[in-house]
Amino acid sequence: MKLLKLIPDHTNIHFLRWQWPFFITNLLAMAASIVLLFTHGLNLGVDFVGGQMIRVTFEQSATAPVGKLRDSVDALGFGEPVIQTFGKPNEVSVRMKLPEGADDNPKLADGMARKITAKIRQDFADARVDGVDSVSGKVSGELFHTGMLALGLAMICISIYIWIRFEWQFAVGALFALVQDILLTVGMFSLTQMEFDLNIVAALLTLLGYSLNDKIVVYDRIRENMKKHRRMPMNELLDLSVNETLSRTIATSLSVLIMLVSLLFLGPDVIFGFTAAITLGIFIGTYSSIFMSAPILIWLGVKSDTFVKQESEIDRQDRLAREGGARP
Amino acid sequence: MLEFPTWKKLWYWGLTLVIALCAVPSLVSLTNARWPAFLPEPKINLGLDLAGGSRLLLEANRQQVVQQRLEGMEESVRTRLRQASPTIAIGDFSSTGGQLAFTVRDPSQVDAAREAILPLTSGAGLTGQRDWDITVQDGTRFILVPTQAGIDLAISNAMETAVEVVRKRIDALGTKEPDIRRLGGTRIDVQVPGLQDPQALKNLLGQTAKLEFKLVDETAVPSDLAKGMVPPGDELVPYADANDPAAGGVPVLAVKRLGGIKGDELTDAKQAFDSKTNAAVVSITFNQQGGEKFAKLTSENVGKRFAIILDGKVLSAPAMHEAILGGSAQISGSFNVQSATQLAIALRSGALPVDLTVVEERTVGPDLGADSIQKGVVAMGVGTVLLMLFIFLTYGRFGAYANLALVFNVLMILGVMAVLGTTLTLPGIAGFVLTIGAAVDANVLINERIREERHRGRRVVQAVELGYKEASRAIFDANITNSIAAVLMFAFGSGPVRGFAVVLMIGIVTSVFTAVTMSRMWVAGWLRRARPSDLNV
Repeated sequence: MKLLKLIPDHTNIHFLRWQWPFFITNLLAMAASIVLLFTHGLNLGVDFVGGQMIRVTFEQSATAPVGKLRDSVDALGFGEPVIQTFGKPNEVSVRMKLPEGADDNPKLADGMARKITAKIRQDFADARVDGVDSVSGKVSGELFHTGMLALGLAMICISIYIWIRFEWQFAVGALFALVQDILLTVGMFSLTQMEFDLNIVAALLTLLGYSLNDKIVVYDRIRENMKKHRRMPMNELLDLSVNETLSRTIATSLSVLIMLVSLLFLGPDVIFGFTAAITLGIFIGTYSSIFMSAPILIWLGVKSDTFVKQESEIDRQDRLAREGGARP
Repeated sequence: MLEFPTWKKLWYWGLTLVIALCAVPSLVSLTNARWPAFLPEPKINLGLDLAGGSRLLLEANRQQVVQQRLEGMEESVRTRLRQASPTIAIGDFSSTGGQLAFTVRDPSQVDAAREAILPLTSGAGLTGQRDWDITVQDGTRFILVPTQAGIDLAISNAMETAVEVVRKRIDALGTKEPDIRRLGGTRIDVQVPGLQDPQALKNLLGQTAKLEFKLVDETAVPSDLAKGMVPPGDELVPYADANDPAAGGVPVLAVKRLGGIKGDELTDAKQAFDSKTNAAVVSITFNQQGGEKFAKLTSENVGKRFAIILDGKVLSAPAMHEAILGGSAQISGSFNVQSATQLAIALRSGALPVDLTVVEERTVGPDLGADSIQKGVVAMGVGTVLLMLFIFLTYGRFGAYANLALVFNVLMILGVMAVLGTTLTLPGIAGFVLTIGAAVDANVLINERIREERHRGRRVVQAVELGYKEASRAIFDANITNSIAAVLMFAFGSGPVRGFAVVLMIGIVTSVFTAVTMSRMWVAGWLRRARPSDLNV
């Protein structure tokens, strides 16, 4: 049987020749993400800003009557809802802010969801209410706080692990690539204004783990090659390592993508955003593994012999004495 | 590396098959087939987002616990000093600023006073820690300050009772398999599968059901009360029933602050109808101790009025025409049958030691969950078939071993989840799909390495050995970093996200076992049998 080869056996692509163009593109993309975050912000879900979210499916319609739905809910006088489709065009989430002072007096918010769902059911015969989420301002603040804490801690813990297993330069390189992965993914959420909720934070955490797998495989190979080829210039050594692992990087990313894409198109609609975030992140992560993780090492001053144990003065004298003694 | 003695093979196969077998009941339940009753049935629980139902996150009012404790202490201190012989006279009692202060009138009694209240201040625990610190200022002024440990213990006790009360109330609603647990310091997480409209539950839990009987201060002047002037030793309680002529048209009633009794010593409470007016009432029965207290209160105060106070509001203020000695009474108010029944349930289950408010609420309809499971299974099936095809086309025989490992991996994850009784959530399904995609990574790494070693001209057996050995390092590191992410997700995430993290963690462990250990065993077996001179990898 002739086996499928995605990547030819002995590639020799000079990834590092393009390190500066790629680096500048990266910086620009990261800067664009930050600008987007400041200008457009994130479309934060009720998990993080509090409020009520009602999920409705219009079973008989191809697309949800968003305008009519907005008027219908608006007429109740709780304020204007944010209505967004997710997954399929006939599935919407209706988000409302909780009334002023609802944190101190839960009675104010009580019955709000009830009235809204009753109204929706009354105005739209085919509306199926799939769920109601109601999060108070206090809890949402905590959720946001712990979410960010978890992300930050994950990056730090993972970097420390890499530092222990490899060298500090690898840890810094991994951390930089991780920050880039997260920033670009979050930037895409800002650009598309997809809802950013607790599940997306879980997706980002997953992404950190997987994105790092790639980098570890590349770093592991670099370390191995540094032991094998002591005299090879760093540029060549890095190119060799990335090329040697290229086939694996592509095959693994493709495996994960096969699963993700089928989840994206066939899977539950409610986790569409979650799956989209991971899919997006896998692309970005694969890119940064191939193009970014290696050159960072050069910028951090890693040379072919950096990790070769330097001979201490005592060792040198010992060796000379031994050599001298062995001589006739 | 490639030597597998028979005992090891048996052990690996046994472990794999036993765990995989545990997945069978869960798989059978997916197809709606019946599982024979005589077989053990470890099954994966479905989270609320898949099964449908309601989740409420309740938060207790910490400040209230502290305040109640202060009030309780005041009552105890007064009683102690009054009952001491000779009686110790005190004055200037204040309970502001989170501490109690009073002055002992006779300086010669200061030591006796300290002696009398000392037993009240030591902790309930065996550690001998103090719940209250006593200091004496200016020779006669006692200051009692609650210690942090004492407050924490009080809150912890209050929360334990609260969880029990919540459980009793939910059981009384007749819902099935509610999951009620304490979360963090002052929160209770309540999950009720299948409950679609949580309003009744919220009403029930929102009611503290603290019942008190206090004497009405008949001397209070309604016009003073309206101005907010509180007679000494009294407290003002809102009283909505403006038709009651005794209230004098003022929406508050002055009652004696101390000396009433609490309605927590009940054996029963049920909805009933008043024999005269036919209005809905709640009939209560005290236990022995409560009945005695109630009899004492009523016989000492015949002809006076007492207020029935529920959660800080006066329900009614009937006059006691005679002593009530039988240990049962009825509570009237403006009830209808439904609200009387609800109060009866609340009283039966006991008062909540502290007010609870709903800070987070999520409800999922049953259709959505069923839909999600079905789509999740389809996505997983299609994805897995495509993935296996890809792996087989890329790595041939070695790909087939990887695919076999994958099948066992899926079964083992399900089996472990079933045995541990973990909950599968919607993101958990995603975690599952993702784990499958990532689990083949180990085999990809190994197979790529074998391919490489062959290209370098190594002999077959050596290439396979090196492939497994060299790839293991990266596989190990990669799984550690994934575990770090999963553990943090579990530690910081809530409900559904935790479900996702659990699947990831289980998947990491089982995938290493199947993708590395089991596949190596199969490859070794094939090498021994076929003795191939070349590898098509």
